[in-house]
Amino acid sequence: MIRPHGGRLIDRMAKGEMREAMLAKAAELPKIQLNERELADVEMIGCGAMSPLEGFMGRDDFQGVLDNMHLASGPVWSLPITLAVKPGDTRKHKAGEQVALLDDLGRIVAVIEVEEVYRVDHGEEAKKSYLTDDPAHPSVQYLKSITNTYLGGPITLFNKIAHDDFNEFRLEPKETRVLFKTKGWKSIVAFQTRNPIHRAHEYLQKCALEQVDALLIHPLMGATKKGDIPGDVRMACYKALIDNYYAKGRVAISIFPAAMRYGGPREAIFHALVRKNYGCTHIIIGRDHAGVGSYYGSFDAQNIFQQFRPEEIDITPMMFDNSFYCKACGNMGTAKTCPHGKEHQVFLSGTKVREMLVKGERPPVEFSRPEVADILMKYYQSQTE
Amino acid sequence: MENKVTIKIPRPLYEKIQVLVADSGFSSPTEFIVYILRDLVGEQMGGKTTAKEAGELTGDEIAAIKQRLRNLGYL
Repeated sequence: MIRPHGGRLIDRMAKGEMREAMLAKAAELPKIQLNERELADVEMIGCGAMSPLEGFMGRDDFQGVLDNMHLASGPVWSLPITLAVKPGDTRKHKAGEQVALLDDLGRIVAVIEVEEVYRVDHGEEAKKSYLTDDPAHPSVQYLKSITNTYLGGPITLFNKIAHDDFNEFRLEPKETRVLFKTKGWKSIVAFQTRNPIHRAHEYLQKCALEQVDALLIHPLMGATKKGDIPGDVRMACYKALIDNYYAKGRVAISIFPAAMRYGGPREAIFHALVRKNYGCTHIIIGRDHAGVGSYYGSFDAQNIFQQFRPEEIDITPMMFDNSFYCKACGNMGTAKTCPHGKEHQVFLSGTKVREMLVKGERPPVEFSRPEVADILMKYYQSQTE
Repeated sequence: MENKVTIKIPRPLYEKIQVLVADSGFSSPTEFIVYILRDLVGEQMGGKTTAKEAGELTGDEIAAIKQRLRNLGYL
């Protein structure tokens, strides 16, 4: 089994009598209500998905991540994981205090032992993490919505974060690890997605699966930007695909609770490291992985892996170019494998696909499986009613 | 103010810790010592604040996970 990032799978869940004692004490502590991204981070830190992080980053880790993509203790880490003091919170937070962390319903979910209170430059954070300070970028927008005073320190969770949906698909890293071991899967490729899977991505997954024991489809279900297809619609698409087009016993699907940062290359590294914690040995990195708009080059998310020694990352990235159905070849391919011109390729832009689905037109079967297309048609038509 | 301080420990102890942390998942004696101290201080404050290291699950934990995976249809 592949070792977690940093060597140990972190578990920050309080248990037993100690949990009860801490919970009683937490009610009297100063409180911070977490936003959606922070709550997702708490969940991921707590269950070890973000190992070796044990809490929100302090200054040294934060600066190390911005400047050279390494934590102060050495391991590679590519994105800041931070907790901001809330706008309007006039309390003077200080190192040494404990602060209760609340979910969106005001329930205490965790406590942070504050080791550091520090100020950051959001402009620097944006430019180094997301390679832009354009206010239109979703994560730059996010930074503008929070304060620049961060609290760093280890956290302890009292309960698993409650979700209203997909609980039957929510597996923690220790659970996926037991699953893989029990199944006898030694090599597992992860597929990160926040979109429905059409033929192009199905092809990448199956190419990868030819090389390993199993595929983990790991759809991101944390915060996404406005306009992304809702999680329930995506899950219905994934299930239709798995039921109809994937070999039984070689594919698992589980929720990835992270918030989307749209951080392109740096988020590709983050996605890889975190999937290693779930026990995956490989990860598919396609064209413009975790990108948005035109902020990143098509292959930036692949090229960034060259900045690290393979043993620093450990999980193996499987890089793919854009794939398509070629009518002349009569099969799926990429520019690496297909000699024909674009006129033979079945390619539809996202805008064109949406237009077709809204009108109730199924995209060609070479582009999207009919079962997936039907689910999406129903969704888009419900949006226009 | 500097966020980290230097604490002196006997060299033989440091060398023993170096051996202990080799291939243990801790990247340095410092990381190991901070982990142990946080655990200890947490207990002293009335709540064990550092949850146990989960690298090795107990037999009961593995059995519980397998049962959940069976219940969910994964196994």
